[in-house]
Amino acid sequence: MDMRSLLRTLEHATLRDIALVCVADALVGASFGAISVSGGLPLWVPMALSLLVFAGGSQFAAVGVVLSGGSALAAVATGLVLNARLLPFGFAVSDVLQGPWWRRLLGAQLLTDESAAFALQQHDPRRRRAAFWICGVALFVIWNLAVLLGGVAGGLIGDTDVLGLDAAFPAVLLALVLPSLRDRGTRTAALTGAAAAVAVTPFVPAGLPVLFALVGLLFAGRPGATPHAGKAGKAAGTDPAGPEAAVSAVKQEAR
Amino acid sequence: MMPLYAVLLLAAGTYAYRAAGPLLGHRLALSDRLRHLLAVAAAVLLVALVATGALTQGHGFAGWARPAGVLVAGVLAWRRAPFPAVVVAGAAATAVLRLCGVG
Repeated sequence: MDMRSLLRTLEHATLRDIALVCVADALVGASFGAISVSGGLPLWVPMALSLLVFAGGSQFAAVGVVLSGGSALAAVATGLVLNARLLPFGFAVSDVLQGPWWRRLLGAQLLTDESAAFALQQHDPRRRRAAFWICGVALFVIWNLAVLLGGVAGGLIGDTDVLGLDAAFPAVLLALVLPSLRDRGTRTAALTGAAAAVAVTPFVPAGLPVLFALVGLLFAGRPGATPHAGKAGKAAGTDPAGPEAAVSAVKQEAR
Repeated sequence: MMPLYAVLLLAAGTYAYRAAGPLLGHRLALSDRLRHLLAVAAAVLLVALVATGALTQGHGFAGWARPAGVLVAGVLAWRRAPFPAVVVAGAAATAVLRLCGVG
C-alpha cells in the first residue's frame, strides 16, 4: 500500500480534520506521559501502554487506578471494560480491513475512536480505506512521540500537587467524555454510576469503585430511546456515544 | 505500580476487541442493544473516573482544591474552550487555591 496514493485519495478538508485531531491527541498524549511519570511511574510504563494498548482513555484509566493505589488487575479490568467499545467499531469498519491476513492484523492495532470515525464518514470504499489508514498511522506515530516527550517533561517536574497536576487527570477525562453525555440515557447512566463509585470509595479497595459504577448501566435505556439519540444515531449510522462524538468535538473546537 | 504482565494483559485484551471485527465481520453481527451498552459503559467508566479522581484520595475526600479545579475545567470544556486551555486552567485553579491555603 502506497501512502502517497492514499493521501491523494482524500479531500483536503478531510486531511485537515485528521491533522486537527492529531494535534489535539498529541496534547492528550503529552499530558498522559507527564501525569504518569510525575505521578511516580517509570517512563517505560506509559510508553509500553501507548505502543501496545494505544487507546488513550484506557491508558489514562489504568494509570489513574494504579496511581490512586489500586491493584494492577483492577487497572486491567477497568481498561478492558473501557476498550470494549472498540469491538463494535471493529465490526463497523471491517470492510476497510480486507486483504491479506497480515494487513488485517496490522490494521486492527490502528483501530481507534478517531480512525473509525473518519472511516465511517466516507462513503466511497477507496476513501474509507484511505481515511482509516492515514488517520491510524498518523495517530500512532504522533501519539507515541507525544507520550514520550510528555513523559520526559514529567520527570523534570518536582512537586506535582503544588502545580495542581492531580486535577489535570480528571480534567482531561472530563473533556474527553463530555460530548457523549449529550445523550440523556448515557448521561443518566454515567451520573448514577459516578455517584455509586464515590459512595463505595471509603469501603472497598482502591481501583474497584470505578467498576462499581457499571451499575449505572441499568439506566442506559435503549438505543435511540430518546428523541435526540434517535436522530443523531440514525443520521450518523452509529450510536450517539460512538466515535463521531470525539471527532466532532475536536472539529467544533477548531472553529 | 503497573507490572509488565498487566500492561501485556490489557494490550492483548484490547487487541482482541480490535481484531474480532476485521477477522469475523462477515460471519457475525453485533446487536444494536449490545453496541449501545458498550458505548454507554465506556462513558459510565470515564465519568466515574472523573468523579473519583476529582473527589477522592485513597479512601477519603481529596480536599476542595482539586474538585474545584476539575469543575473549572468542566465548565471550559462545556463552553468548547480549546483542549490545552481546559487542562491548564483546571490545574492552575487547583494550584492557586492551594497557594491560598485551600486544602
